[in-house]
Amino acid sequence: MGITAFLAMVRKDLLLFLSDRRAVIVAFAVPVVIGSFIGSMTNGAGRGDEPLRIKVALADLDGSAISQAIVTGAQADKNLNVIVTSADDGRDQVRKGTVTVAVIIPKNFGDGAGRAFFRGSSVEKPELGVLSDPSRAVEVGMVRGILMQHVMESVSTAVFSGQSGSRFAADALTALESSQMPPDRKRLLKEMLTGVQRYYRESTPSSTTGGTGGVFSMPYVVREEEVTSGSRVPYNGYAHSFAGMGIQFLLFAALNMGVEMLVERQRGLWRRLRSAPVSRYMLLGARAASTTVISLATLLVSFGFAMIVFGVRIEGSVVGFAMVAVSCSMMAATFGLLVAALGRTPGTARGVSTLAVLVMVMLGGAWIPSFLFPKWVQAITVVVPVRWAVDGLDATTWRGLGLSSAVVPTLALLGFTAVFALITVTRFRWEEP
Amino acid sequence: MLEIRHLRKTFGPLVAVDDVSFSVEPGQLVGLLGPNGAGKTTTVSIIAGLVAAERGDVLVGGKPMSGDTDPLKRKIGLVPQDLALYDELTAQDNLRFFGALYNLSGAALKSAMTSALTLVGLADRARERVKTFSGGMKRRLNLAAGLLHDPDVLLLDEPTVGVDPQSRNAIFDNLEELKRRGKALLYTTHYMEEAERLADRVVVIDRGKVVANDTLAGLYAGAGEKAGGRASLESVFLTLTGRSLRD
Repeated sequence: MGITAFLAMVRKDLLLFLSDRRAVIVAFAVPVVIGSFIGSMTNGAGRGDEPLRIKVALADLDGSAISQAIVTGAQADKNLNVIVTSADDGRDQVRKGTVTVAVIIPKNFGDGAGRAFFRGSSVEKPELGVLSDPSRAVEVGMVRGILMQHVMESVSTAVFSGQSGSRFAADALTALESSQMPPDRKRLLKEMLTGVQRYYRESTPSSTTGGTGGVFSMPYVVREEEVTSGSRVPYNGYAHSFAGMGIQFLLFAALNMGVEMLVERQRGLWRRLRSAPVSRYMLLGARAASTTVISLATLLVSFGFAMIVFGVRIEGSVVGFAMVAVSCSMMAATFGLLVAALGRTPGTARGVSTLAVLVMVMLGGAWIPSFLFPKWVQAITVVVPVRWAVDGLDATTWRGLGLSSAVVPTLALLGFTAVFALITVTRFRWEEP
Repeated sequence: MLEIRHLRKTFGPLVAVDDVSFSVEPGQLVGLLGPNGAGKTTTVSIIAGLVAAERGDVLVGGKPMSGDTDPLKRKIGLVPQDLALYDELTAQDNLRFFGALYNLSGAALKSAMTSALTLVGLADRARERVKTFSGGMKRRLNLAAGLLHDPDVLLLDEPTVGVDPQSRNAIFDNLEELKRRGKALLYTTHYMEEAERLADRVVVIDRGKVVANDTLAGLYAGAGEKAGGRASLESVFLTLTGRSLRD
């Protein structure tokens, strides 16, 4: 008796789902479209594309060798898109939002920086103007760090070059004579500056070109490597975006099934179902099974598209991926039942549960990385099932981790499934006046 | 075939059904009449197993019915007041689904579907989606879904609401055919002329209690004696339940 009725209920739900063209489009096509869009925004250099460059306006009011070196260095930086302009135009562009930061190198910056290099706090340090867009704090922080690198390189190169280095050292020696520094420290500093002068005088007659002869330079080089599933496997941003959008829309599909149950109740269909010799658990279980199938199909269609079109791969455990996908679909199915159990009318249930889904996917990191959230928000994401689903799918796709990485997310999702199912069974309204 | 004994059901402070008893024999149609909120639908819901009674018994073929999965529920068919059909599915997909709930499959299911569709005159529309049907066709399919598993008892909760005279007449013909086949029919309605045409007995229920349970002739006779003239079922009904408006 049981299996015939059970399969009939699952089949009926699938037929109804497929007969609703809008529901099919929402479930399958929309996550593909949105996932593609978000993936294209976040893919970075994963497929050999140019990295996203931060737009910076640079105004050189100094024109010295140091300031020109800073401009040249910034222009060559792969992370910056530098526009050389005037100070006023730079400020205007930041205000309009067309550039993130405007850097103003003031007049006499080069001289001031060179003097300050040897004489520390005894001279006034020149100010480098940084005008920033307050809404783009992360990018401003990046520009500040990149700028520091180019300024330090330019200034250190200049002060240790033959002609200008000797001049800065001579100025420092003159100032040292009249300083109030303790005699022993003054003697040591004088020896160092004299040594610098002698070094350039004797070893680099061609130093007027400003070279450091390979002696003074940045003490390290940076070797960047994207840590993904393998040393030669680039990060594919589509893996994360399709995971996020797939989960979001499978939750919407489940929500829709829950609302449909309320519509069925309104239309009297539930009375007919209940009058059959079928248990309550079978009625709910069949609905959970059909919703799980639809949810899983939603996720797999999304990932299938991403694999075929954008080269997303399950770099880690395929079994782990399947575990996370199935448990995520089960969680979504019981979430749909929860909507039916707690909802009073289809209209209000749809509104409230849509809000709940949006909050879950936002907090779960499906839209934007969760590390951008305040710490307390990050802490509460452990009670958001989407977070575990995203973590599990990320782990088994682009991170390339093994089966063990899927165990905790799977258990967490099954835990949410159990909680949602328990609430549904205890709160479902079986009798109506 | 169907025996109701001392049913009682409350919803909070509301006593929906209070000590209701009556029976329906094979080949008999009993009209269950009552004003809005009298307890008709709750009574039908208890018989169909949708609502649990606090007291009393529902006996089918002499056996008490209990629980969601009681096999005795196979002997009961429900035709709800609402059009309990899936509009997006075809007529045959609807029937295939409702038949499977009663464990019908394969040739038995196909035969039952053909028989039910033929009875209600929709055999040639089986492959069409229900959403393309008129109100009367949906009502007839609603009836077909209730008798698909060949129940001994058919509960009909206002099955002719909102249909045109032709479809209503067709449904009446179907019900008379079912009576001839020996089915026990319990029929709730607000239309007195329907009860007058179809019912062998009439049970009038008001404020949860049975206020009359007799044949039409018996009801007319009793009311005629009281009123001193010829009675109609409507006048009997109003005499029994009063003329005050109900919520």
